[in-house]
Amino acid sequence: MNPHFLEIKSLAKRFPAKQGELTVFEDVSFGIEKGEFVCIIGHSGCGKSTILNVLAGLDAPSDGEVLMAGKEVRGPALERGIVFQNYSLLPWRSALSNVMFGVAARWPGWSKTRVREHSLKYLHMVGLKDGAEQRKPAQLSGGMRQRVAIARAFAIEPKLLLLDEPFGALDALTRGTIQDELLKICAETHQTVFMITHDVDEAILLADRILLMTNGPQARIAESVRVSIERPRERGSIVHDPGYYPIRTHLVDFLVSRSHGLSGSANSGAPGSGHQGPPRIVDPAEAARGASSLGSPSNAIGNAVSNRPSHAIGKGPSNAVSHSTSNANGATDDRSVESGPLLRAVNL
Amino acid sequence: MLKSDSWRAVIVSVSLLVIFLGLWQLSTPAPQAEEALSEYELLMGGADQEARVPSPSEIIGLAISELSNPFYDAGPNDKGIGIQLGWSLYRVLTGFGLAALIALPLGFLIGMSPMMYKALNPFIQVLKPISPLAWMPLALFIIKDSETSSIFVIFICSIWPMLINTAFGVAGVRKDWVNVARTHELGPMQTAFQVILPAAAPTILTGMRISIGIAWLVIVAAEMLVGGTGIGYYVWNEWNNLDLTSVIFSILMIGVVGMLLDLALASATRLVTYQE
Repeated sequence: MNPHFLEIKSLAKRFPAKQGELTVFEDVSFGIEKGEFVCIIGHSGCGKSTILNVLAGLDAPSDGEVLMAGKEVRGPALERGIVFQNYSLLPWRSALSNVMFGVAARWPGWSKTRVREHSLKYLHMVGLKDGAEQRKPAQLSGGMRQRVAIARAFAIEPKLLLLDEPFGALDALTRGTIQDELLKICAETHQTVFMITHDVDEAILLADRILLMTNGPQARIAESVRVSIERPRERGSIVHDPGYYPIRTHLVDFLVSRSHGLSGSANSGAPGSGHQGPPRIVDPAEAARGASSLGSPSNAIGNAVSNRPSHAIGKGPSNAVSHSTSNANGATDDRSVESGPLLRAVNL
Repeated sequence: MLKSDSWRAVIVSVSLLVIFLGLWQLSTPAPQAEEALSEYELLMGGADQEARVPSPSEIIGLAISELSNPFYDAGPNDKGIGIQLGWSLYRVLTGFGLAALIALPLGFLIGMSPMMYKALNPFIQVLKPISPLAWMPLALFIIKDSETSSIFVIFICSIWPMLINTAFGVAGVRKDWVNVARTHELGPMQTAFQVILPAAAPTILTGMRISIGIAWLVIVAAEMLVGGTGIGYYVWNEWNNLDLTSVIFSILMIGVVGMLLDLALASATRLVTYQE
């Protein structure tokens, strides 16, 4: 297997607690390819932000390592750009000056005019012009501020862009337009992106792959959901893609009912259940397509029907866990099982 | 609306002033100088047997004559108000400047390092409440120079607000901004000057504003003790001369200069203040 561009190997974060220690997450392993857009979704407290901070080099893991292009990530660096949820713009600097701050740090040898031109280019790219670039962050709307933060991150041309719920604080309309901008820029620059989000639709619109985290403590990455929807995608038309709802239902189903059952705390009774290695790959859209083109194979439907109650009613975490572990190895079978609930949604 | 409000405020201020000065003027009748002064009275400098609070008109008259020639120097006991204020300002600004040189870097250190904060906090807590004038005897004994001693007193009184506010401001810089510096690979000096200093500047300048206010309060008392020159000495000297007109005039001048110092630092604070 080729090494991934970004490789996360059995990452864990533990905090000392009153009794022993508290494991926020453990055995987190996954890879990101160059030019890939990966989203991570999970409930609050599962340690998504900590993972992102570890990738950024702002936080150190208790266990495991992060390799980028074969080199271990240690401490923050300019080759990894970050956009925080609260923008983190320097309020005493203008929008332009905030971007120039990053550019000047990235290329210390550049002349002031060159830094300025480069920064303006990226500000225009995110749609900040006509004097807005001279304003202080306090004089800009939330959406504008987040654009500046995105421009600052893109302007340093990082190898990896980390987005920590960048649109969480924005209203839905603004969020939509900035998502469009982000899609456009990513298409142009082939930027490798790792993004945290709470928004299922946002993840489907933007990502190539979505990592699903179980609930904390002892959270893990349960699945890696492939978003096999053709690019270029558009916010308006993506919902009409036949793959959209299977993916969406799969994600929502995970977040609503399965994320808890799969969590490590529920799993701790079974020692050595060992979820080593990368999370299993799921492709609900492909499964749905395959299923409908084959004329609803009885196997898939049967599985869906028989498995559905155990999810929906949720007899107990142990049931769900044993179900998932028993299926962890059988990849093909697993897909159809996972697409079970989705098939129903599509057929409705 | 706002404009008319401020006009009204001006009208109220002016009428309050006029009423106050009018009442004052009426309550202090001018000295009756019908008879020619006797030889004894001339020897006593024409002074009344009973000292009176001078009327506002006398003070305004003195102010006009003093301010029209503020820098005259007719010997150690008769210098213009400008020279006296100049000396006081020189001492205040020197002591204040020296205090800033120590307090700002030290405050930075304390703000950045919780360990240093804990280590230095007991000293600060004990030294801070000491009246600056209590240092005067010790300063005079060790320094053996009254001029430098008064500068030292200013130094010691203006260091604490600056030190504490700098430490507070630096410690309170938002972690996000420090993370921005970290992710942009800024060195410690760059982080200090490009991120922490501008972020903490409003708090630091507020500390400086408090300091200069205290320094201006203390210099008057210090100069009364030390003597020689300065506005504090001038007030005390005029008191000894029983020249209450000059005393009141210099009190007003102390107020005006103190206000100007405060305004200067307030506008400097406004320059570095940012909106979050």
